[in-house]
Amino acid sequence: MIPLSWYLALSAVLFSIGVVGVLVQRNVIALFMCIELMLNAVNLTFVAFSRFLDQTTGQLFVFIVMAVAAAEAAVGLAIIISLFRNRETLNVDEADLLKL
Amino acid sequence: MEILFILFAAIAVAGALNVILQRNPIYSAIGLIVTLCALAGLFLTLAAQFIAAIQIIVYAGAIMVLFVFVIMLLNIREEESKIDRQRYLKWLAAPLFVALLAEVYFVIRVVSYDPKPLPAQGAVPPGQILGTVESIGNAMFTTYLLPFEATSVLILMAIVGSMLLARRERTVSEVTIVTAEQIEAAQLEREDEAHETETVGAGH
Amino acid sequence: MSIDVGFLLEALIKIVVVFHIVLIILAYTVYAERRVLAVIQNRLGPNRVGPQGLLQPFADLLKFIFKEELVPLAANKWLYLLAPLVALVPAFMTMIVYPFGGTVNLPWVGEIDLVVTHFNVGLLYVFAMTSLGVYGIVIAGWASNSKYSLLGGLRSSAQMVSYELALSLSVIGALLQAGSLDLVEIVRAQGGFFGLGWHIFWFQPLGFFIFLISAIAETNRIPFDLPEAETELVAGFHTEYSAMKFALFFLGEYANMLTASVLATVLFLGGWQGPFVDQFPLLGPVYFLGKVFFFIFLYIWLRGTLPRFRYDQLMNFGWKFLLPAALFNIVLSAIVALFAL
Repeated sequence: MIPLSWYLALSAVLFSIGVVGVLVQRNVIALFMCIELMLNAVNLTFVAFSRFLDQTTGQLFVFIVMAVAAAEAAVGLAIIISLFRNRETLNVDEADLLKL
Repeated sequence: MEILFILFAAIAVAGALNVILQRNPIYSAIGLIVTLCALAGLFLTLAAQFIAAIQIIVYAGAIMVLFVFVIMLLNIREEESKIDRQRYLKWLAAPLFVALLAEVYFVIRVVSYDPKPLPAQGAVPPGQILGTVESIGNAMFTTYLLPFEATSVLILMAIVGSMLLARRERTVSEVTIVTAEQIEAAQLEREDEAHETETVGAGH
Repeated sequence: MSIDVGFLLEALIKIVVVFHIVLIILAYTVYAERRVLAVIQNRLGPNRVGPQGLLQPFADLLKFIFKEELVPLAANKWLYLLAPLVALVPAFMTMIVYPFGGTVNLPWVGEIDLVVTHFNVGLLYVFAMTSLGVYGIVIAGWASNSKYSLLGGLRSSAQMVSYELALSLSVIGALLQAGSLDLVEIVRAQGGFFGLGWHIFWFQPLGFFIFLISAIAETNRIPFDLPEAETELVAGFHTEYSAMKFALFFLGEYANMLTASVLATVLFLGGWQGPFVDQFPLLGPVYFLGKVFFFIFLYIWLRGTLPRFRYDQLMNFGWKFLLPAALFNIVLSAIVALFAL
């Protein structure tokens, strides 16, 4: 049996890579992918705890997180497309005005 | 089993590093897809077969396809802008990363290897196996019906919202601001055309 | 957890056997397609290599191997080489759940299940693998750095994501009646009425047609082969591919076709079930392969008969007709399951 701490450690590593990515990357799409990475790191802890506590709850949470991530990706990518149409850029630092 | 964990974990971390280190978004996307597939493998080692399958179908098969689709639609080859005003964030990132890794160390030292099972809501009923479609379906449509329905409402809102956002509207710059001169010119043109058709018609 | 060597060995032998069966079926699907199309178009087709041209697949293979490997100068080399593999590998990974037949008693071998493996989420596994196949096409379109390829890749990703919805929703009715996602259990559930308790007869005809149409769209076949529409896009996503890399794409497409045929057989036509299959279990694989070949013939027949859709027609059809019809089918099946079972 693989100890629980291994999974938690891996999840923490993935999460921190995601955080660093959000801070370092300036491209909106890459930022978005880093957020997805963080969500996935959390999913891993959910599933690991669900296994070690022998409960279905954690897996259900993961299911709902995935549904929310799908919704978020759809809306976020639509925003990115309209941003690109209006500004011709994907750099978050250049999209800092509320008006066109 | 340990070998499988180490293999998948290494692939996942490599993919994740690829996501943040590549300048080209399509390489980042491929890195993330690799990470997602490796995570699905890890879910299998945790007896979560349904979640593993859903992970690949929803994340790798739908969400990431959308990402790649948008990258291709906007045809981004390299990062087009090199302006980096918030460069100090990079210096913030390093200590944060170290702090999080310290947290990892703490977790490994503190978390006991076998926590006691807690009898609570959502525990697997007798006769069912953790992670199968049946056990998850049972929990989802009984105990967790409300969150499930709330998720469906959220998705409906997302559908409507993304339709509205991505629809190609006439923006302010495209709406032509018509000046008096232009109207005059257009009228003159139309009259000219009318003359031409008349003359052509007369010729016949 | 100790690993059972006997189990591993059995699985390995089964995988090797099934892999070769699938490869042979695929090779002769290509041959059959050329011959049947030839008959439809009133010509002969390949008939020179071997008796009736039966060795043609091997000749084609040799030709593909000996052609020059080209990588376009402007292409992204790594992704360009990666794409055919990404298209092919997931397509082949689905074959471990093909249920060729029930449990049979073979001489020298003993009791054996005619399936490599089956598990609780078998159908979801197939969907997961087929949904990964789209990356091969998309990456190929992007990495070739050619506008035809890019357009083909874009079209393909939009088309496959759209039709995946209708495809997955259309099978729910059948799953509701079978009460399982395990392919073997689904086939077992259709054993009634002298082996004719198939879902297509018992309450899922609508689901079957929606599944069939979306499966054809998922596999990018005529009349939905927009990603490689040769009259508009040269050859779509594989415009820049040649030699063995092209052959790999080709093989991947036919493997997907086979998977779609197997799924249609298992979910709606009762898999290996048929009259007298209980008395003679060896009839199972015969029925199974017969049904699968029928679907492959249907694919070829459609290719020889139907013109291509326009892109907006395709999208409208998927979202405005197939998707609502699939949802309606789910409601209908739920009512049937509630009152009739």
